[in-house]
Amino acid sequence: MGKVGIIGVGQSAFVRGYPGSIRELAFEGFKEAMLDAQISTREIDASIICSAPEYDKQRSPAGVFAEYLGLTPQPTFYLESLCSSSSTGLKVAYSLIKSGLHDVVAVVGFQKMSEISSAESQERMGRGADIQWESPFGTMMPAYYAMYANAHMAKYGTTPDDLARIRVKAATYGQINDKAVYRKPVTFDMFSDPESPMSGPVASPLRVGDCCANADGSSCVLVAGEEKAKALSKKPVWILGIGAASATVNLAGRDLFTGLTVGQEAGEQAYKMAGVTPKDIDVAEVHDCFTIAELMAYENLGFAKPGEGKDLIGNKETYKEGSIPVNVDGGLLSKGHPIGATGGSQLRTIVLQLRGEAGEMQVTDPEIGLVHNIGGVGLYGNVTILGR
Amino acid sequence: MGKKREIDDRFKRFGTVSFTSTTKVNDFISHLDEGKVAGTKCKDCGAVFFPPRADCYKCLTSDMEWFDVSGTGKLVSYSKLEYAPVGFEGDLPYCIALLDYGDYKVFGRLAGDLTPEGVEVGMEMKTVVNTLPNGQVNYVFEKA
Repeated sequence: MGKVGIIGVGQSAFVRGYPGSIRELAFEGFKEAMLDAQISTREIDASIICSAPEYDKQRSPAGVFAEYLGLTPQPTFYLESLCSSSSTGLKVAYSLIKSGLHDVVAVVGFQKMSEISSAESQERMGRGADIQWESPFGTMMPAYYAMYANAHMAKYGTTPDDLARIRVKAATYGQINDKAVYRKPVTFDMFSDPESPMSGPVASPLRVGDCCANADGSSCVLVAGEEKAKALSKKPVWILGIGAASATVNLAGRDLFTGLTVGQEAGEQAYKMAGVTPKDIDVAEVHDCFTIAELMAYENLGFAKPGEGKDLIGNKETYKEGSIPVNVDGGLLSKGHPIGATGGSQLRTIVLQLRGEAGEMQVTDPEIGLVHNIGGVGLYGNVTILGR
Repeated sequence: MGKKREIDDRFKRFGTVSFTSTTKVNDFISHLDEGKVAGTKCKDCGAVFFPPRADCYKCLTSDMEWFDVSGTGKLVSYSKLEYAPVGFEGDLPYCIALLDYGDYKVFGRLAGDLTPEGVEVGMEMKTVVNTLPNGQVNYVFEKA
């Protein structure tokens, strides 16, 4: 069996209030990926359209997008795993190619969150958790992650200041990423300044600055089998390992509250398949929907021992010049988190890094990169390892 | 034409806003009305479930009995919300939390008079039935 590679990547700018329809939004990420790959729509054998449902009036967006992107009459379908939808899309594309059914598959992720209000969005996102038994208590994503933060703080002595340092890092790179929704600097002092919006309480101990920005955006990853990838592309990036896992949706069914088991399990699978260890990773994108999520990812992926994530950020090891650069594109915190588009955007960042095309965000000569993409509150976990 | 079929939608009374109306464990609401928070136990394999389930995935049977959540559980974690989803704005501020009873865990809210300053992870708490101003029912955690 041959390898599977990524031959093109693209994303729209992540913005507040995209002034167009969802098909037009999807076109932006698709166009960039097609121009990157320098292929025609005839080369694409199938498309997978990924987003979290219930943000759009349009039911079954796959057919609409296939028409708008010029991908009919090839097969297309819709796929979701909440915030990790497009990473799951990559996994399915990999399987379609490995099975021999298709040679080239387009994975298109999108989300137009501004279709609804922020409070409505919190309610929709909250319903990605257990609507029968938890939602009636008034849950929402920041509050669930805040429970993990409080448990981590109680066990390991992690502090809100440690979390603030993660946001400061994200903003360092959000400022130099022209696709990011939040381009402004964030300083450590803002978190203790009552005048700064960053210090505003959301769900204790998380503050506004600990939470990612809602955004509208799209992404596209073009995936191909080895032979086709080599024929079509001068610079394919290979999928070395893929891992995925699920956990109980109700927190009552879980045993670990200082980390996400889906991140650990998906990571272990991906490392094993790729034949590498955490030390081999040169650059990583992790799912920092909240600052605590990035800190737990350090530990769940083996970049730090449990409880030592705070030292990794404290010593700036996850900055561009550090031993394991993480989210040097601004992450979900500053780049923005248009749910269904996020995984594809993370993959794009790592592909550009491995090709040496990440511009101002480029880390020094990376060979192996990792993408960690979580759906819901640690409900779905996806880890992908890429190499040159 | 027969009589209109009666729908057992007791579960719509669960919590500030319920997103579910019909479930095979609707008796959970009647138990709350009687002052009891109850889970289910599989009569075949003895597995206990909270939240209650109508079906046991271990032995694929639906032969379940109710048990009362009693005694105390340890506070696993909590968070105080300063911002709420649609429909819960009137409850603010409130704290969601999780208790560990050993064989099972219970997700819910801290009692209205408790704040994060008054609790700590690991402390013993108990689960008590709570009636909301609008007639809905849920349960909350109080210090043991």
